[in-house]
Formats: sequence, C-alpha cells, structure tokens
Amino acid sequence: MSTPAAHGQSQNRTVKWINDRLPIFTFADHFQDYPAPRNLNYWWNFGSLAGLVLMIMIATGIVLAMHYTPNSELAFDSVERIMRDVNYGWLLRYVHMNGASMFFIVVYIHIFRGFYFGSYKSPREVLWWLGVVILLLMMATAFMGYVLPWGQMSFWGAKVITNLFSAIPLVGTTITEWLWGGFTVGNPTLNRFFSLHYLLPFVILGVVVLHIWALHTVKSNNPLGVEMKGPQDSIPFHPYYTVKDYFGVGVFLLVFAAIVFFFPNFLGEPDNYIPADPLKTPPHIVPEWYFLPYYAILRSFTQDWWFFQIVFSWWGVSAKLAGVLAMFASILVLFVLPWLDTSKVRSGRFRPMFKWAILVFLLDCLLLGYLGAKPAAEPWVSISQWATLYYFVHFLVILPILSRIETPKPLPHSIAEAVLKGGGGAAAGATAKPMEKA
Amino acid sequence: MLKLARTFILGAGLCAAAATAALAAEGTSPPLKDGDWSFEGVFGTYDSAQLRRGFQVYQGVCSACHGLRQVSYRNLLQIGLSEAQAKQIAGEKTKKVIDDTGDVVDKPRGLADRFASPFPNDQAAKAANNGALPPDLSLITKARLGGPRYLYSLLIGYVSNEECTKAFKDFEGKPLKPADGQYCNAYFPGHILAMAPPITADGQVEYTGENAPKATVQQMAKDVSAFLMWAAEPKMEERKRLGIKVILFLLLLTGVLYGIYRKVWAGIKH
Ligand code: HEC
Ligand code: HEM
Repeated sequence: MSTPAAHGQSQNRTVKWINDRLPIFTFADHFQDYPAPRNLNYWWNFGSLAGLVLMIMIATGIVLAMHYTPNSELAFDSVERIMRDVNYGWLLRYVHMNGASMFFIVVYIHIFRGFYFGSYKSPREVLWWLGVVILLLMMATAFMGYVLPWGQMSFWGAKVITNLFSAIPLVGTTITEWLWGGFTVGNPTLNRFFSLHYLLPFVILGVVVLHIWALHTVKSNNPLGVEMKGPQDSIPFHPYYTVKDYFGVGVFLLVFAAIVFFFPNFLGEPDNYIPADPLKTPPHIVPEWYFLPYYAILRSFTQDWWFFQIVFSWWGVSAKLAGVLAMFASILVLFVLPWLDTSKVRSGRFRPMFKWAILVFLLDCLLLGYLGAKPAAEPWVSISQWATLYYFVHFLVILPILSRIETPKPLPHSIAEAVLKGGGGAAAGATAKPMEKA
Repeated sequence: MLKLARTFILGAGLCAAAATAALAAEGTSPPLKDGDWSFEGVFGTYDSAQLRRGFQVYQGVCSACHGLRQVSYRNLLQIGLSEAQAKQIAGEKTKKVIDDTGDVVDKPRGLADRFASPFPNDQAAKAANNGALPPDLSLITKARLGGPRYLYSLLIGYVSNEECTKAFKDFEGKPLKPADGQYCNAYFPGHILAMAPPITADGQVEYTGENAPKATVQQMAKDVSAFLMWAAEPKMEERKRLGIKVILFLLLLTGVLYGIYRKVWAGIKH
C-alpha cells in the first residue's frame, strides 16, 4: 500500500540519514497509508475535534498561567486583570473557559457515537477503556480549573465536592483534610489545584497517544459495524479523512467562535463573578453543566428512598456515601460495558430494539442533567431517583437482556458490498491515487 | 439514523418546553424590565454619551456606598472623558503611600490608580449600612442573572411597605413586613434589602452633556445600568468587532474546505 510521496523511502540524503537513525519519516508515512473504512459518517469527526480542543486548552492555558496568581487573596483579581489589562487576555480567558464546555460537548458526542455504533466491542475494548480514562482525567482537570478563578462557585463547588470524601468510613475526614491541606478549602487547596490543573492536561495528552495507538492497531469501527476485510473496503486516511476532518474543524470553530465572541458567559454561572466568601453560602450551589447528570445521581440518594433502604442502609452505608459510590459507578460502569452488551452485532442500525434503548438512555442522561440544576426538593428528588435507577438499569439489565432476546437485521457481507450496492461508482480502493484524481 | 435523529430532536424539544414551563412557575418576581440599550444584540455598541451620564449617576449617588475597584481612572478616557477631567476626578481621592522619610502619607490618586472604595474595609461598610455590605459594583452586571436588566429593574422596582405586605410572602408563606432600615423591592431575591431607594427624584443628578435627556428616575436608572455594564465588560465592543471578522473568515474558510472535501471525494462511493 505505497503512496507516491512515501517519505520513508525518500532518496534525499538528509532525510535518509535521519530516517536510518530515527525512523520518524516512516512513522509519518503511517498517517498517509493508514487505511480507514470508506463509509465513515460525520459522527466520526468528533475524535479529531476533541484532539483539537485539547491543543487549544493547553495553548491558552499556558499563556493564562503566565498572568494568573494562584493565591486565595489575589486569584480573583488576577483573572480580572487578564480580562481588562492583558493584551487579548479577555480572548484567552473566554476561549479557555468556553473551551472546557466545548471539550465536553465534543467528547460526549464522541462517546454516544461509540454507544450507538458499538465501538466498544471486541477488538476495541482497550481503546474504549483508554477513552474512559481520558474522560475521568478531563473531569478532574475541569473541576480543578473551575476552582482557580476563586469566585463563589469555585469555592463552594470545591467545598461540596471535596467534602464528599468525608463520607468514606473511618478515614474520610483524614482524607478530606489531606486533600484540602488544612481544615477547610483555602489557599493550600488553591495552590495544589493549580499545580494539578497544569499537570493533568499533559497526562491526558499521553493517554490520547495511547488511545490513537490502540486505534491504529485495531482500526476504526464504522456505521455498519462490519470490519474491513480488504482494500475494497478502505480508503487512505490522507487525503480523504484529513479533508473531511478539516471541514469539520471549520464548522466546529464557527460554533465555538459564536459562543466566545457573542455569548461568552452563557454557559457560566453569574455567581462566579462574585469573589469567594467562605462565610456566605450561595443559595444554589450548582456545578458546571457538564457535571450536572452526575450531580443529580449523587443527590438522588436520600435517607428515605426505598431503593437506598433496601439495597444500602442495612449494611451501614450512609445515604451520602451511597450517592458518592453511585456517582463514581456511573462512569466506572463504562469500563465493563463491552461485557454487558454481548450482542455480536455492533451497529445500532441493525439492532431494532437497541436503537430505542439507546435513545431512551440518551433522554435519561439529558433529564438527569436538567435535574442536576434543580434545587433538592420535590418533585425533582423523586424524578432524579427514577432517572438514576434507569441509568443503571440500562447498563446492568436492559443491555444484557436485549443482547439475548433481540433478532438483529441481516448484516451486509462487507462494507464494499453495502456501499457499492446499486453500482456505478468507481471502485477506488486504498490503492487509488487521490491527488491525481483531485 | 436520520429518523432517529429527528425523534431525538423532538424529544429534546419536549424536554426543553417542559423545563421552561417549570422554570417560569418557580419565581415570584415579575419579569425583568428592559432598558432598550444600544449595546444589546450581536452588533450592539455602547452609547458613550449614555455611559458618561451613567458615570455621573455612579459618582453622584452610588459611590457614597459602593466601590468600583476593578476599574482604573484611566479607563474613563475610553468613555470619552478628557485626560484632564479623568485626572481631576482621580485627584479628588487619595491613597496611602510611604514617603522618603518612612511616614505613611495621603497622596492624590492618578490615572493609573484604581477607583477608591468609599469605606476602608468591609466592617466599616457594614457598620455604616445597618449591618449589610454594599457589594463592589465592578462586576455586578455579570454577577446577577439578567445583568443590566436586573439592575435597572432593581433600581426602579421599590414598593411601599403596605404594598409589600400585600404582594409578597416569606418562605413560610407569611406576608412580608420590612423592619426599620429595611426596604422592599419587587426584583430583589426575597424582596427585603438594606439599600434605601438610591434614585428617588427627577433631577437628582444634573446631567451636563449636550443634548442630554431629562434626568428622570427611569433615565438615570437606565444610564447607570449601562455604565455598570461597561464597567464589568469594557472589552465588549472590541470582542464583538473581532468576532464578526472571525466569523466571516471562518465562513469563507469552511466554504473552501467543503469545496475541497467534495472535490477530493468526487467519484468515491461511500
Ligand atoms: C446609602 C448607601 C447606598 C447607596 C447610595 C447605594 N447603595 Fe446599593 N446597596 C447598599 C447596601 C447596604 C446594599 C446591600 C443590600 C442588602 O444586601 O440587603 C446594596 C446593594 C446593592 C446591589 C446588590 C443587589 C443584589 O442583587 O444583591 C446593587 C446592584 C446596588 N446596591 C446598586 C446600587 C446602585 C446602582 C446605586 C446608585 C444608583 C446604589 N446601589 C446606591 C447601599 C447603597
Ligand atoms: C484538559 C484541558 C483543560 C481543561 C478541561 C481546563 C479547564 C479549565 C476551566 C473549566 C477553568 C475555569 C475557567 C473560568 O471559569 O474562568 C480553567 C482555568 C484555568 N486554566 Fe485550564 N483547562 C485545561 C488545560 C489547562 C492548561 C494546560 C493550563 C496551563 C498550563 C491551564 C491553565 C488554567 C489557568 C491559569 C486558569 C485560571 C484562569 C481562568 O480562570 O481563566 N488549563 N481551566
């Protein structure tokens, strides 16, 4: 599968000299030859978009850090200095602030793409795991980043979330004070959060490299969920998917720019423009929108909930601890998803029942997000409890049962067969010489 | 997939409709009043004459209790004050500095200094205001839901004690009765606050600008809200101007990229 411009075989003496000692040119060729399914749709654009947002976050973050002061007395004002007096500081900050939201939108769509098309199934389990690890790291990073401007929500959000660890029996208080570096959220907490907020994005970068390595080993899934069987099923990644990804980048940047330049505070909480005040609790403490579903799950565990009483209370677990466990479990369950959904058919297109199950699950997630922003009062609590229950029932009951009882529609024998059906098109396989065509 | 997407959009729409209905049922405050400001909308810009009038209101009324510590005196040049005017305004306030002999002395503020706060510290501010802290106003329009509309509504939303008792209830359902030093406002969360109505009479501030409108209570409230929007977001005009260029550029770029994409894929079945 050689393309005309394979640098690894270049006769240029410098290129050859370097490549013989460190084969970076051969490595670069890999992106050119890398065969991708010819039928990927736009849902496959979101992976490259996530990579782009990570780069944007690191670039803006590093410059912000040059002007930011991680001190509880100075942090709030230093962010305002960035907004008012640093050249294009307002742009850096609004890009970074909204970039976090865009990151989660893109990654959530990327994950639901995986749900619908069964991208977590063999042989892609490790690829999927690495994705879940990235999600967890992103959540930690965004949580600590939100604390840095030291507004009211920064402070009280940090307080509520770190306090959760105190629910752990026996060592809870010790752990919480260890996290704080004191007896409450304060300057030491801010300092360590800044340090970790700087570190974790680079850890994410490392896991992203592993994620792509795993991808290039097992290759992309596709909307049919049928593996590539030969050159007729595939197309070289470059230029076909590079141009498609660039187009996706254009559309994405349009949306991103519209938010940054015209609605920069739409996704934020007004309370975070009030400097942190440890003596004044805001009436509603709400996390950023991307954490709301987990927050709803956390809060749905109340002392008087029948489910809590039946399953947890008799072995001495407090409602708070049960909520914390459920919140973590809501992500951790993704690790075992490949073994919960045992259907051999990957794509939801050929699974008449699964298609509806995943749609209802998506609505359940949106409902949980909505409930996470509501005060902890009726009727929201009861609705959250049912929505939480459904979240886990989907994974632990519905998916395993569906896999057994559902009769999938017949699968095409190959991607090429499905794509070329109806005939007429040139059967340009991976051997096509794209640049000559274009 | 398309059908699925349509079902999904419908579902999301229904959820959103239910959400707004629930939201509307929750609050007891009347809907916020809009000041028809020039800065609203994608192309909106500040009206600098209005900002200068608003600044007069801030200086003449609000600055007795509220600081504006994120704003520097030099920023006043942005809304059209002359350097001499800004310098003079700055010079009316002092700051503590250490002189050559090591004594702490008062020195007039300059353009590079930030606005002086009316009280030396929070305790003094509370002591002078019935125990309530008048918040710094630098970011107030970004720190409240509804922004300038909330501020405008708050300033003209005071009601008498009798009306208050009739119209509003506390969280236990009992009618509200403002105590001494408390006031009732239709828009303040909980309705009882410690700020006396700051703008009470037409002509309370004497507008000096050419073609200045009559200084009615409404006009002053509108103008000071505009000024405080500027104080919170002084880069708004620059942001929108750059935004329009960026969006136009991205539209062009995305169009070209789409063309290239179609061209490269032409004749490839997928
Ligand atoms: C006599 C002192 C005084 C003056 C003058 C004054 N305020 Fe206040 N203001 C207060 C106090 C005290 C509070 C705190 C009220 C409370 O929390 O109950 C307050 C609160 C506020 C708030 C916060 C309301 C909220 O949502 O929490 C705003 C906004 C405000 N003032 C705007 C203004 C503006 C604009 C002016 C000038 C037109 C002004 N104030 C003049 C004393 C004053
Ligand atoms: C995974 C990528 C990242 C995510 C999801 C993320 C998320 C966030 C969030 C949500 C905030 C709060 C924004 C606000 O409300 O003001 C923030 C602030 C901040 N971040 Fe990041 N960040 C990332 C990467 C980085 C990197 C790599 C750096 C620097 C080395 C950095 C430096 C900062 C600084 C200095 C602030 C405080 C300034 C501010 O609040 O605007 N971030 N981050």
